[in-house]
Amino acid sequence: MELTTVWFGLIAVLWIGYFCLEGFDFGVGMLLPVLARNDTERRVMINTVGPVWDGNEVWVLVAGGATFAAFPEWYATLFSGFYLPLLLILLALIVRNLGFEYRSKRDDDDWRRRWDVLLVVGSFVPALLWGVAFANIVRGVPIDADKEFTGNLFTLLNPYALLGGVTTTLLFLTHGANFLSLKTDGEIRHRAGELSVRLGAAAAVAAVAFLAWTQALTGSVASAVLFLVAAAALVAGLVAARLGREGWAFVATMLTIGLAVAGLFAALFPDVMPSSTNPAWSLTTTNASATDYTLTVMTWVAAVFTPLVLLYQGWTYWVFRQRIATHHIPVPVG
Amino acid sequence: MDPLDLARWQFGIITVYHFLFVPITIGLSALVAVCETLWVRRGHEHWLRLTKFFGKLFLVNFALGVATGIVQEFQFGMNWSAYSRFVGDIFGAPLAIEGLLAFFLESTFLGLWIFGWDRLPRAVHAGCIWVVHVGTLLSAYFILAANSWMQHPVGYSYNPRTGRAELNDFAAVLFNKVQLVTFPHTVLAAYLTGAAFMLGVALWLTVRRTTPAEDLPMYRTAIRLSSVVLLVAGLGVAVSGDVSGKVMTEVQPMKMAAAEALYHSEQPASFSILTIGSLDGSQEKWSVKLPGVLSFLATGTWDGRVEGIDELRAQYQQTYGADPGAAYYSAGGYTPVIPVTYWSFRLMIGLGLVAAALAALVLWRTRRGGVPVSRGWAWVGIALPLLPLGANSFGWLFTEMGRQPWSVFGLMTTASAVSPGVGAGEVLTSLVTLTLLYGVLAIVEIGLTLKIVRAGADPAPVAPTDEGDPRDRPLAYAY
Repeated sequence: MELTTVWFGLIAVLWIGYFCLEGFDFGVGMLLPVLARNDTERRVMINTVGPVWDGNEVWVLVAGGATFAAFPEWYATLFSGFYLPLLLILLALIVRNLGFEYRSKRDDDDWRRRWDVLLVVGSFVPALLWGVAFANIVRGVPIDADKEFTGNLFTLLNPYALLGGVTTTLLFLTHGANFLSLKTDGEIRHRAGELSVRLGAAAAVAAVAFLAWTQALTGSVASAVLFLVAAAALVAGLVAARLGREGWAFVATMLTIGLAVAGLFAALFPDVMPSSTNPAWSLTTTNASATDYTLTVMTWVAAVFTPLVLLYQGWTYWVFRQRIATHHIPVPVG
Repeated sequence: MDPLDLARWQFGIITVYHFLFVPITIGLSALVAVCETLWVRRGHEHWLRLTKFFGKLFLVNFALGVATGIVQEFQFGMNWSAYSRFVGDIFGAPLAIEGLLAFFLESTFLGLWIFGWDRLPRAVHAGCIWVVHVGTLLSAYFILAANSWMQHPVGYSYNPRTGRAELNDFAAVLFNKVQLVTFPHTVLAAYLTGAAFMLGVALWLTVRRTTPAEDLPMYRTAIRLSSVVLLVAGLGVAVSGDVSGKVMTEVQPMKMAAAEALYHSEQPASFSILTIGSLDGSQEKWSVKLPGVLSFLATGTWDGRVEGIDELRAQYQQTYGADPGAAYYSAGGYTPVIPVTYWSFRLMIGLGLVAAALAALVLWRTRRGGVPVSRGWAWVGIALPLLPLGANSFGWLFTEMGRQPWSVFGLMTTASAVSPGVGAGEVLTSLVTLTLLYGVLAIVEIGLTLKIVRAGADPAPVAPTDEGDPRDRPLAYAY
């Protein structure tokens, strides 16, 4: 297989990892005002993701860095072209990170309320905008012969892309609810389980519409298969949540998200960013890639270190496998 | 306004801000790891209290370092897309490896350290903060390798067909001679900064009248530990800085000439401690000079020849202005802004020296069981963390501004590196929003730091326990 194809696959894997993992902590953040009735319950929710959200976020940094290294032209066109949405995502991630770290550092209700608002907004904005961005990448955007993006913010806000954003938001909400019902105990676990069924139904409607639209636009046989399995996993997850099988419900939303993202990448291949101006100007895995030498070096590094990362991240989830309930939350220590 | 100027301002503000927290993080993670290791080995509660206290201060700074670090990676593509296209083959690899090797390690093991107090055996828990520290060092290595390549491009060839610089020797990039002096210099400066932070806090708490008397020996221990670390690191910074100056003179003679505002070549060249002259340094009215010292700094001999700005400019115009093939070259002044390089070079060295001198003074005052008492020491405590932070910032301003007009030395100018498709409005929006947000966050961070420092070390930190059913026990640490 061509190294460029290998790296297209690896970048897909990094994004799949990012959405599967940070997807649930975005969901937990967005559900903060919906599921928790008081500060202790909010702290229960936040502490389910406390030890892992930062590690989850690194997946997107590595995805960005790997794109820079393996497909510099893609990185350059994408990041300069999607300037304002990326700026919004950056602002959201900054305040969200600090919300996690700083909210408990003062014993002061106003202080916490403010950080809670930022946590919710900071989870909602990237959940929506990553969906919008990916939909635009798959659908194609105006790119000229010099590989420069020639559209503007409104080019990116088309109905298809907005549906993509709604889909990721609803999927992450469902994923977060499933994670919470798996990781909490007591009333909040019950509420999360019930909400997961309702959110899952809404997510199913949006996801089926969005994936069908994608398939019609640019789909291949591979993407069709992946989308169908993703939809089946989503339905299975709904059933599992309904039956109170929390672990299976969580696995199912993870599969749904992973397979749907894989399907989007399959629909994209061999382009990495199609040009809607002229198909001949599309960025592809070959015309946007780094040289063979760089890809070879990077392949060795990835082959040695990715398994190690998976191993110790997996260990973290094992160390913090315990369910959390209100009686586990210590008195504020600041 | 010009998108180029805005993008440069943004890069400067965002990067200098980010690098306020990075050295504290590198330095403090090592010191906290030392404290925790001593607690595990010796069992004295002082060390546990210091671990938790400085750990809390470390986390407040780490959070802001991480949050502002994401912007660093994104802004290359957003504001400098022409640069990203031109060098992505080379520059992207260390960045991606930094993420894979360092960021995953730091974030995962920091999560384990924060929440794992009663989930992990003591030695494993202490191991986690050491792993975090190793992660910060790896991160520094790869990002500095990328930066050193911009200072002194190696291991590549220019491909006229694609119009890009292409990697052909990755080892050359990782072991670039500029990198081999920059990495120790920067990391030692980070140890100096972390030590100055710990020293300043412990000193202030010692002098303050409300600190419980039984805590004084503990803070004195922290003072002794951090002042020794600061002095040793300071010595290392000076030595590595000296070597760095010689390598710099070799690869970027203009930067050394600009550091001294030396317009005409001299042999031997004297170092001016302070010069009063015209703003651009072209005319000198009064100065204090050390004969031969610049020759030594630049070449290692007391009578070495140091080339001046005027001669170098003529040389550069001949070398780069005459090159026919490269669209990325622009024949221009080839001279950085002299007052900026002249003053930032002096402030970098001067502030670092003052910090080391203060640490030596503190160490002297605390010898044989002594404890500083007079209120004047509180001001020393307040100044200590600020001095290296200033020195670090001026060091970066010097090294990056001194390379101008180049983005990649001799290969790509900053003017041609900017994103062609991004308008001034977009850059201005992000410049303004990020700067405002960073300003607010600075206030929040300083407020939190002061609150934690004023509270002092927790008198009775909960030691990790493994008694009872872990499913019923409250979490040892929770957000």
